[in-house]
Amino acid sequence: MARHVEERPVEERPVEERSVEEVVETPETAPAPPRRLNGWRRLPVVRQLGQSVGLQRGMLVAGLVLSAGFLLTAIFAPLLAPYEYNQLRDPSGPFGAQQPPSSQHWLGTTVGGFDVLSRVIWGSRTALFVIVVAVLMSIVVGVLLGLVSGYFGGWLDRVLVVVADAIYAFPSLLLAIVVAIVISGGQSSLVGGVMAAAISITVIYVPQYFRVVRAETVRIKSEAFVESAKVIGAGHWRIMTRHVLRNATRTLPLILTLNASEAILTLAGLGFLGFGIEPTAAAEWGFDLNKALSDVTSGIWWTSVFPGVAIVLVVLGLTLVGESLNDLADPRLRTRRRAVDPRGDVADVAVVPGGALEGGPGGLAGIEDPAGGRWAEQ
Amino acid sequence: MTTTTTELAGDAAGVDGSPAPTGRRRGGGGGLGSYLVIRFLLIIPTIFILVTTVFVLMRSTGDPITAALGGRLPAAQLAERVHEAGYDRPILVQYFEYLGNLLTGDFGTTISDNRPVTQVLTTYGTATLELAVYSLLVAFVIGIPFGRLAAYLRDKWPDAVLRVFAILCYATPVFFLGMLLKLVFSIWLGWLPVAGRASTGAEIQLQTMAHPTGFYTLDALRLGNPEVLSDVLQHAILPAIALGLLTAGVFLRLVRTNVIGTLGMGYVEAARSRGVPERRLLRKHAYRPALIPIVTVIGLQIALLLGGAVLTETTFEWKGLGFQLVQYLQARDFVAVQGIVVMLAVIVAITNFIVDVIAALIDPRVRY
Repeated sequence: MARHVEERPVEERPVEERSVEEVVETPETAPAPPRRLNGWRRLPVVRQLGQSVGLQRGMLVAGLVLSAGFLLTAIFAPLLAPYEYNQLRDPSGPFGAQQPPSSQHWLGTTVGGFDVLSRVIWGSRTALFVIVVAVLMSIVVGVLLGLVSGYFGGWLDRVLVVVADAIYAFPSLLLAIVVAIVISGGQSSLVGGVMAAAISITVIYVPQYFRVVRAETVRIKSEAFVESAKVIGAGHWRIMTRHVLRNATRTLPLILTLNASEAILTLAGLGFLGFGIEPTAAAEWGFDLNKALSDVTSGIWWTSVFPGVAIVLVVLGLTLVGESLNDLADPRLRTRRRAVDPRGDVADVAVVPGGALEGGPGGLAGIEDPAGGRWAEQ
Repeated sequence: MTTTTTELAGDAAGVDGSPAPTGRRRGGGGGLGSYLVIRFLLIIPTIFILVTTVFVLMRSTGDPITAALGGRLPAAQLAERVHEAGYDRPILVQYFEYLGNLLTGDFGTTISDNRPVTQVLTTYGTATLELAVYSLLVAFVIGIPFGRLAAYLRDKWPDAVLRVFAILCYATPVFFLGMLLKLVFSIWLGWLPVAGRASTGAEIQLQTMAHPTGFYTLDALRLGNPEVLSDVLQHAILPAIALGLLTAGVFLRLVRTNVIGTLGMGYVEAARSRGVPERRLLRKHAYRPALIPIVTVIGLQIALLLGGAVLTETTFEWKGLGFQLVQYLQARDFVAVQGIVVMLAVIVAITNFIVDVIAALIDPRVRY
C-alpha cells in the first residue's frame, strides 16, 4: 500500500499520511518533481527499465527476454515445432516410444510415442491460452467485486470479505481440483480443457484481486476528490469508474505478472494430477510430466527434464519481471543510481530523521513509511 | 499503516481493509482476550463457507454413487443404491444432514473401498504431517540463514545468487523438482531410495509394532532399531527437500526484505553509533525483529504446503492424504475426496488461528 501512497503527490494525501519530511520540508530540500517522460518511455515496463540499475536491471531484462521468448514460441509454435503435438508417425514409419534424443527427434520421444520437442513447443501455446483467459477473467470479476464491495460497503461487503478470505486461505490446488472436477466432467477437447483449467485458476485468483482493489477503494472513497465529485452530483457509477477505479488499479500490472506465473504452476499441477488436457487435444507440460513419472525410475530423463525446464523458464521469466516491478515500486528495495554503502555514513542518517520516528521493534512500521527509510533518501 | 501490516502478514479474517487503523493501537495488553475470542469465532464461518462451497461444487456434478459406479452397474441397481444412500432426496435435506454428520465427526463412507472417511484421515494424516514437519524444517534451515546473508551482502554477488535461487525455488514445480532429485540421487547416484516411506521390511516392522503412531520416525525411535530409523530417514530426505525448498524460497525472500528493513531502522542506527559491532547489529538488533513476520506468513505457507504435499506425495508415492486424494480422484470417489478436502480446510483454518494467536502474543500491534 505504501507504494501507491508514495506515487501520489504529497498534496493529494491527508496530512496524517504524509511523513515528517514532507510536512515540514522547505522548497530547497524538496525532491525535484519527476521528469515528465514522453512517448514510449511512459509505458509501464519501459519506464521501470529506465529506472532500474545494475543487478535489478539485469533481472528485469532477463525476465523480459524469457517472457518474450515464451510469447514468441507460443505464437509461432506451428512454424517452430518439427511435428504436430499429436503426431505419432511420419512417412518413414512410427516414431517409437521412449526413443533417446537423436537427429530425428532432438529431445527424444515420450512413452506415448510423441516427439518431446514438438510437445514442449506446442505446450507453450496451451499455457499462454490458459494464462490469458484465467487472468482476464479473474481481473474482471475480482476488480468488479472489489470495487462494488469497497464502495458500497454494508453487509454485502462483509460477506464477500469473509468468503474471499476463506477461499484465499485454502490450498489453491485443492480448490482448483474440485472446480476442475465440476467443470471438466470428462471434457477433453482443447477448449473444454483450457476453460476448465482457466476457470479453476480464476476461482483461486479472484480473492486476490478482490482484496487489493477493495482495500484501495475503501481508502480512495474517503478522499477529497471523491467527495467533490459527489458534491458536484456525479452518480455512483461515474465515481466508481472515473475516480475510484483508475486510482485503485495501480498495482494490478504487478499482481498480474505474479499471478500469470502462478497460473502456469497451477495448470501444471492440475495436469500432473491428471486434470489436464488430453494429449490428443493439445500439449500440456504438467500432463507430460505425469506421464514421465514412471520413466524417471527407469532412468529415462528426456521425457521429464524438457517439459519441466520449459515450466521453470516461463515461470522464472514472469516472476523476474514481477519481482523487479515490485522492487522498483518500493523505494525501500529500489537500488539507486548512486548507491553508496549503506553501512557507513552515519552523518547522512542524522540529516534524515524520518526513519527513526516510526521505528518499532516489529520492523514493519518502517516498511510502511515511504519516505522514512534511509534507502529512500540515498 | 497497520492495514498493510495485516495484509503483508497474509492475515485471514476480514479486517484488512477497515479504514481506521488508529483504534488498533491500544496501549498495553488490552484487547488480547477479545481479539482471541473474535479470531476464534471467525474460524466457524471460514470452515462453514469452505464446507458449503465444496459440497455445492461436488454435488453439482451429480450424486457420488452415479459418479463412481455409473456405467458399471445396470440402471435399476444403480438407482436402488442411490436410493439406499439417500442421494435421491432434496439437496437441501442432504446438505443439512451432511453438516450434522460433520458436527458429530462423521465424514461419510468411501464408495470405492467402503471405509469410514475418518479412518482414512487418521491413517494417512500422520504421513502428511510427518512430511510437512520435515519440509518446514528444511525451509527454516535453508531459508532463514541465507535470507540473513542476502540482506547483509545486499546487492553484492551472493545476494544476486541467493535471490535467483529463491525465485528458482518458487518457479520449479514441486513435482518436477522431485523428479529431478529422484533422477540424480536415486537413479544416477543410487544414494537414496526412489519412493515410498520405508522399505518393505521396515514398513512391516513399523506396522506390526504395538500402538503405532503412524509417524514413522517416532515409531522407529520407539522400536529402537537403528536400521529402521535410518531407512525411514533416508526415505524422507528427497520428499522433504522437494517440498521444503518451495517454502524455503519464500522464507529467504521474506527474511532478506525484513532484515534490510530493520537494518535501516533508527534503533539500529542508534546501536551502531554506540559502537556495537556490525556482526552483533545484524545478529541481535536487525535479525530478531525481522523474524516476526515469518510467524505470520507460516499460516499461509501451511496452505501452500498442503497443496504441495498432494503433488510431492504423488511424485514419491508417499502414502499420505495427498496421495490417497489422487487415488480417490481417479476412482471418482467423491465422498472420500470431499472428506479429505474438508479435513484439510479444517486443518488450515485451525493452523491459521494458532499462527494469528502467536503473532498477537509476540507483536501487540497485530491486535484489533
